[in-house]
Amino acid sequence: MSNEWPLWEVFIRGQHGLNHRHVGSLHAPDAELAIRHARDVYTRRNEGVSIWVVKSAEIAASDPNEKGPLFEPSNSKVYRHPTFYDIPDEVGHM
Amino acid sequence: MVAPVPEVRLATNANMAGPVVFTGQTPLTPGTPEHDLFTGLTRLGDNTLILGHRVSEWCGHSPILEEDIALANMALDLIGQTQLWLGLAGAVEGAGRTADDLAFLRDGWDFSNILLVERPNGDFGQTLMRQFLFDAWHQPMLKALEGSADARVAEIAAKAGKEVAYHVERSADLVIRLGDGTEESHTRMQRALDALWTYCGEMFIGDAIDARLAAAGIMPAPESLRPGWDALVGEVLAEATLTPPANPYAHTGGKQGKHTEHLGHLLTSMQWLQRAYPGAKW
Amino acid sequence: MYAQMIKTAHSGVHKREDMTEQERAFQDRIDAGEKIEPRDWMPDDYRATLIRQIGQHAHSEVVGQLPEGNWITRAPTLERKAILLAKVQDEAGHGLYLYSAAETLGESRDELVRLLHEGRMKYSSIFNYPTLNWADIGAVGWLVDGAAIVNQVALQRTSYGPYSRAMVRICKEESFHARQGYSAFMAMALGTPEQKRMAQDALNRMWFPCLMMFGPSDKDSVHSEQSMAWKIKVATNDELRQKYVDQTIPQIEYLGLDLPEAGIVWNEARGHYDFDMPDWSEFFNVLKGNGPCNSDRMADRVNAWEDGAWFRDGLMAHARKARARKMAAE
Repeated sequence: MSNEWPLWEVFIRGQHGLNHRHVGSLHAPDAELAIRHARDVYTRRNEGVSIWVVKSAEIAASDPNEKGPLFEPSNSKVYRHPTFYDIPDEVGHM
Repeated sequence: MVAPVPEVRLATNANMAGPVVFTGQTPLTPGTPEHDLFTGLTRLGDNTLILGHRVSEWCGHSPILEEDIALANMALDLIGQTQLWLGLAGAVEGAGRTADDLAFLRDGWDFSNILLVERPNGDFGQTLMRQFLFDAWHQPMLKALEGSADARVAEIAAKAGKEVAYHVERSADLVIRLGDGTEESHTRMQRALDALWTYCGEMFIGDAIDARLAAAGIMPAPESLRPGWDALVGEVLAEATLTPPANPYAHTGGKQGKHTEHLGHLLTSMQWLQRAYPGAKW
Repeated sequence: MYAQMIKTAHSGVHKREDMTEQERAFQDRIDAGEKIEPRDWMPDDYRATLIRQIGQHAHSEVVGQLPEGNWITRAPTLERKAILLAKVQDEAGHGLYLYSAAETLGESRDELVRLLHEGRMKYSSIFNYPTLNWADIGAVGWLVDGAAIVNQVALQRTSYGPYSRAMVRICKEESFHARQGYSAFMAMALGTPEQKRMAQDALNRMWFPCLMMFGPSDKDSVHSEQSMAWKIKVATNDELRQKYVDQTIPQIEYLGLDLPEAGIVWNEARGHYDFDMPDWSEFFNVLKGNGPCNSDRMADRVNAWEDGAWFRDGLMAHARKARARKMAAE
């Protein structure tokens, strides 16, 4: 059995309320140590207040070959973007 | 009360070497409250200085990158605490010595750290065990200092306490995991414990200075920290499947300036530049 | 640089008419400035070249801890000690980010480390030079990291997404390194005559090894062209070296030190400094293992890894036990 510590992906939420963001990965024998390593490695400059870790092997990802079918439909839905709408200047900032 | 001091660093011009700082014993008079407080503060600051130095010796040589980074964080915390404790000690002394002067220009007999922290690193297990045995004392010590009658002491303790709470959580957990890991890791941790055990008692043996500081409400009596340490260490060692050695002997002397041979070598490298080029600005 | 003399699997550039349709589509994406991501299709050579380059870059960060670590226990003030320790810690972090980027290509960190320890992968030549006096520590931050930054800023535009993102993070952290280095060096250059002597000595010794970091001239390299086409490499060695010299000379002059070699002259017509090239035979000797510190550096790293095996295995064993106990309890 390989004794290489498994790889973990690290997600950190900063102080300003934004979502957890993927910041990188590291090795650790289990989740508890992965969180501790993440604290030491990825929050050296006060970057975060909350840490998530997940084993890299357990991440399910979309297939890059499916990029067209998955993401192009949203390209055509321009009405989701605020700039789609012309609002008269008189109304003020919206 | 403050005796006249030979020469104190006053240089402000970065282009010039300053006058040579005196390197002797503190000019404070033994038995005075200032001398007591100065000694209490150097005991705290010398512990963090010497242990921080030992931990920093691992830089680039630990078993895995994640540990290199974690150890550096711990050493940085300890160095930062040293700056605060020794900085305050210098201020209390009132002779113009800075934290750097105290760290780099005193000789071994004026250092008052406990012997445990100057023990050589040994293998990584011994380094971690030393850290845990110290952290298990350090954290409650700082907790008690937060209630110090001296507000400056309380303030430093509150800041350091946050850092050390993490240290003890980390070191206790690693002792448990390695004690209850492989046969080899268990053997190494037990060996480390056996080697360090007789250096633990010193943390709880007070002298007259400690007694006066405790009576003044400035620092806790060392003896008062023993039950909490026994409980935490007992619990962690049990979970780690390690056996506390039966030998009750305690090596002492560090707090009074009587050290092991190891301290001199540590100071020789640590103080070398300051000693070789007196008065230079770095 | 931190990655020098990276071999591609074949020399010269793959011509468009020789490419398969898939390869052409891949090249088009790169030409359009798109980032390649781990699960995207990529030519085997692209993958192999990247693993070599990112791996070498990571090894350089890790071995790079040693020359600076050499002075941590002798740092002259508590503040300098803390700064240096934080800086070396960053190098370990950078190594970790880079190994992670290499791992997205399917090569494990342990495997890369094994290849390094067996002498089958390299690290930057610069770390085979010793740090002999305290001014060297300032010089490493200022001159060595300064050279690395020139390269790494360019590499933020590299085509491989995880490598590019690692570079962005690393560059953010590196600017602290160069600045602390210059500040430490300045204290020496403007200090006592002995300190000034240390500073000049450090500058003179480090100058040519720093120029070597960029690698030999590209016209002598058979591998650069393909790496440039793939945007694994984004500027030539000579361009980066010139940029470095141009930015560094005024910094030397500010300190009032002598220039490290006589060939450095401002060339008004080119708008750049002229300078002498390092002795490339020395460079190739260092790469072959004959540098002043090669054997010490490798011994340090191999010993650290081997001495730490029981620790890594012990923690792994405990994690397995704890998991088994938890499952038995459920």
